[in-house]
Amino acid sequence: MIVFDHVSLTYPGATTPVLSNIDLRIPEGELVLVVGRTGSGKSTLLRAINGLVPHFTGGTLTGRVVVGGRDTATHAPRDLADLVGVVPQDPMSGFVTDTVEDELAYGMECLGLAPAVMRRRVEETLDLLGLAEIRDRALATLSGGQRQRVAIGAVLTAHPRVLVLDEPTSALDPGAAEEVLAALQRLVHDLGVTVVMAEHRLERVVQYADQVIVVPGDGQPLHVGLPVDIMRHAPIAPPVVELGRLAGWQPLPLSVRDARRAAGPLRDLLVGRTPALRAVVDSPRPLAQASEVTVSYGSRTALRGITTGIGEGEIVALMGRNGAGKSTLLHALVGIGPRARGSVTVGGHDPRSLDGRSLLHQVGLVPQEPGDLLEATSVADECRAADRDAACDAGTTRALLALMAPEIEDGTHPRDLSEGQRLLLALCVILAARPPLLLLDEPTRGLDYPTKSRLARVLADLADAGHAVLLATHDVELVAEVADRVMIIADGEIVADGPTLDVVTSSPMFAPQVSKILSPQAWLTVDQVAAALAPPGPLPEGVAG
Amino acid sequence: MAEMRERRWLHPGAWWLWALGLAAGASRTTNPLVLLLLIAAAAVVVQARKPDAPWGRSFAMFVRLGVIVIVVRVLVQVVLGTPLGSTVLVELPGITLPGWLAGLRLGGDIAAESLLPAVYDGLRLATILICIGAANSLASPTRLLKSVPAALYELGVSVVVALTFTPQLVADVDRLQASRRLRGRATSGPRAIAGAAVPVLEGALERSITLAAAMDSRGYGRRGTTVARQRASSGLLLGGLVAAVIGTYGLLAADAPVVLGLPMLVVGVATAAAGAVLAGRNSVRTRYRPDPWRSPEWLVTGAGVAVALMLTAADWAGMDGLHTPVDPPTWPTLPLVGLLAALAAATPALTAPGLPPSAAPAPRTARDARPAAVAA
Repeated sequence: MIVFDHVSLTYPGATTPVLSNIDLRIPEGELVLVVGRTGSGKSTLLRAINGLVPHFTGGTLTGRVVVGGRDTATHAPRDLADLVGVVPQDPMSGFVTDTVEDELAYGMECLGLAPAVMRRRVEETLDLLGLAEIRDRALATLSGGQRQRVAIGAVLTAHPRVLVLDEPTSALDPGAAEEVLAALQRLVHDLGVTVVMAEHRLERVVQYADQVIVVPGDGQPLHVGLPVDIMRHAPIAPPVVELGRLAGWQPLPLSVRDARRAAGPLRDLLVGRTPALRAVVDSPRPLAQASEVTVSYGSRTALRGITTGIGEGEIVALMGRNGAGKSTLLHALVGIGPRARGSVTVGGHDPRSLDGRSLLHQVGLVPQEPGDLLEATSVADECRAADRDAACDAGTTRALLALMAPEIEDGTHPRDLSEGQRLLLALCVILAARPPLLLLDEPTRGLDYPTKSRLARVLADLADAGHAVLLATHDVELVAEVADRVMIIADGEIVADGPTLDVVTSSPMFAPQVSKILSPQAWLTVDQVAAALAPPGPLPEGVAG
Repeated sequence: MAEMRERRWLHPGAWWLWALGLAAGASRTTNPLVLLLLIAAAAVVVQARKPDAPWGRSFAMFVRLGVIVIVVRVLVQVVLGTPLGSTVLVELPGITLPGWLAGLRLGGDIAAESLLPAVYDGLRLATILICIGAANSLASPTRLLKSVPAALYELGVSVVVALTFTPQLVADVDRLQASRRLRGRATSGPRAIAGAAVPVLEGALERSITLAAAMDSRGYGRRGTTVARQRASSGLLLGGLVAAVIGTYGLLAADAPVVLGLPMLVVGVATAAAGAVLAGRNSVRTRYRPDPWRSPEWLVTGAGVAVALMLTAADWAGMDGLHTPVDPPTWPTLPLVGLLAALAAATPALTAPGLPPSAAPAPRTARDARPAAVAA
C-alpha cells in the first residue's frame, strides 16, 4: 500500500538529512505504530506519506514514495486526498468549518462528490464513530475525545485507504483515548483501512499494533518489526512489558489481559510483601489552602465549592476528564481568572493580593503551553530575564538549567527547543524564585519516555527539598511513579482525595498497568515490584529500566 | 403549514434580502417615528430568531454604532454647520472665520432648524446600519458562504477563516497576559503589550500554516479544468462587478450621465452572472445539504421587499408625513404607510422557522418563542 524506496530527505538549510535511505513497505490493512524520540523525524516520515513533505514544507526528497500506485513526486497532497487521510496533532487546528456535520462533509465537497453520496457517507461516519448525538454541535464546544473522533471522521468520509495520525491520544484523558483507539480498531478490522500512527504513549497503543517502526533519529536506519520483537529489546517500554521482562514471561505480553493471565505465579510470590513508598511526613506543614472555591465562566460553573490543602514536601496529582476543572483550580491557586466565592491562601497570603514579584516567591505555575512563559529570543536571555524577574543572583536560572538539561545551549531560540526541553526551561524560569508551591499543568503532553523520567526525578528532588508540587495530568503512569497523593476532580468537584495507592488502584480509569495486572494486590510501578523481589540492598540499575 | 413549524436554519440569503429591504425603505424617509419603528421591528425579529453563536450577539454592537453615528452627525452640525432658523435652543459663543473660509463657522447659537435635519439624517443612517446588523446576527456567515457562487468560494473561505481566527487571537492575548503575571511582570502598559504581541502573532502564523496544510491534504483547491478557462471566468466576474459598482453610483448620483446608471448596472450584473456560471461549471466542488429555499424564505424576503416598495412608492407619490418639516419645526406624525411598513418588517419574527434546538439560545428565549410558533 505504502512504499518508501530509497527515500532521503533534507530540509532547506539543514546540513544532515532527517531521513536517510529509507526502504519501507506497509501492506494494506495493517495498523503500524511509529515510535521514536521527539525530533527524531517521526512527523516527517508521516507527512511524507501524503506528500506534505516536501510539497508543503520544502526540502529535498530523493528516492520515491508511492501510495496506492500514486507517486508523491507527481501528486500534490490535494491530489491524494481521496487516498490518504491525515489527522493533525491538534485536531482543532485543522478544522475548516464550524459544526460537526459540515466538517465531515468538507473534504467530500472539495473532491466534488454527488450530494446523495455525501449525505449517505456522513450518516455512515456519524454511526461508525459514535458522533450521531453531536452532529449539530459547534466544534468549539466539543471535548478533546470528541474533537479527535470528528477529525478522524472528517478525513474518513473521503473513503481514504490510508489513515495517518500524529499522536492521536497524547492530549486525551484515559477514557477519551480508549474511545479513539476503539474507533481506530474498528476501521482496521471492519474496513481494512491501513493506519499509520505516531504515539509516545506506548502503554496505550502497542497492544493494537501489527508492526512497529522505530525511528532512531539522526538519519540512522529504521528498525521495523513485530511489536513483541521490538519490545523485547527496546530501551524504553510500557510498564506491562517491563514487568514481563522482569518476571521473564514468555511470550512477552503486550496487553494487560495477556499479562494478567501470566501473572499468577508472580502474584503468589508477592503475597505478604508491600511496596516501598517514598518517605512522606505524616502531617506536613500546610502551605496552601483553598476553601469553598467556586469559579464560573459566564453561565458555566467550572469549580463548585472546592476545599483542599497542600503541605510541604508533598507531590499531589490532580486527575480527571478533559474540562473537569483541573486547570481552573491551578489558576485559582495562583490568583488568575475569576473567583465567585471562597478563599485561597498560599503561604498565608491571598495570591490575588500579591504583586508580581512577591507572587513569584510564593507560587509558580508552568502552564499547559510552557512556551507561553518564554518571550526572549535566546535561552541565555531568557535565563537572565528570569533572574531579574525573581531578583535573585545572576546566573541562578542558568545553573538550574545546566543541572536539569545540560545539553541545552545558550544561543538557541526557545522555539527551536524540543517540547521537553522547552518545558524544562520554563520550569527553571519559574524555579528561579524558589517558590514553595509549584504547579504544573499537563507537563507530559507530547513528552517522550526519557524526558518524562527526567521530569519525574526533578519533581522528586524538589519535594525532598521541601517544595510542594501539584500537577494536573492524564498520565497515570507518571502519577504512579511520582505522586504521594491523588485528587480526582469531576464536574468541578473533588470526588476522591487520598494516598496514590488507595485512590488509583480502586479506579478502573486511573489505575496504572502494574496495578491492573497485579490486582487485588496494590502495586503501582515496576520499580516497586523489583525492589520487593530483590534481596535487601541497592536496586541494580538494569532492572529499573 | 407544517413546513413552517419545522425547526431549521432560514436561508441566510433570505435574512440579507429582508434586511436590505428594510434599509432601502429607511433610506426613503426622515420621519423619526417611522425610523424608530423600523429599528424596533428589526430588534423584535433579532430577539425572536437569533442563534446562540458569537455572531448572534453582534446586533447590540451595531445599535451602539448607530448611536455613535447620530452623535457624530449632530456634533458636526453644531460645530461646523451653517446657522439657520430662529428657534434658538442653546446659545454658544461663536468664532467668525476669515473671509476665505466663508460658509464655515465655528460655534454660535444652535437653532432647532439646523439641528433637526442632522438628527433625522443621523437617525436614518443609524437605521440602515442597524438593519445590516440585524442580518449579521441572524444569518450564519458560514451558511452564507455555502450559498456563495463557486467563483467567489475561495475568497469566502478566507473570510470565514479570518472570522474564526479573531476569537482565538483574543483568547491568546488573555493567555499571554496570564503568563506575564506568572513571571511576576506587569500585565498592563506598553511593555506588556509589546511583549505579548510577538508570541500572539507567532501563534497566529503557526496556526494558519497548520490549517493550510490540513486544507491542502483534504483536497482544497483541486482543479477540474484548465487555467485559461479559470482566468476567463474570473475576468468576467471581476469586470462585471466593477461595472455594477459604477452603475450603482450612476443610479444614485443625481448629476451622473444617464448611460452610467441603469444600463451600466444591467450590463455589469449580467457579465458577473455569466462569470459566476462559468466558474461554477469549472469547479469540481459540490455542496453538502445546501439550505433549501421554501415558503418561509419567500415570506421573509417578501416582508423586506414589501417594506422597500411601500416606502419608495409613497416617497415617489409625494405622500405626506415621510419627511418631517424642520422649518418651522413641527412634531412628526405617523403616516399609515409607515406603520404598515414597520408591521411588515416585523413579520419574520413569526414567519421564520424556529432555530434547531442546538442553536437556540437560552431555554428562556425558547419558551418565549413557542407561543409565536403556535400562532404561526
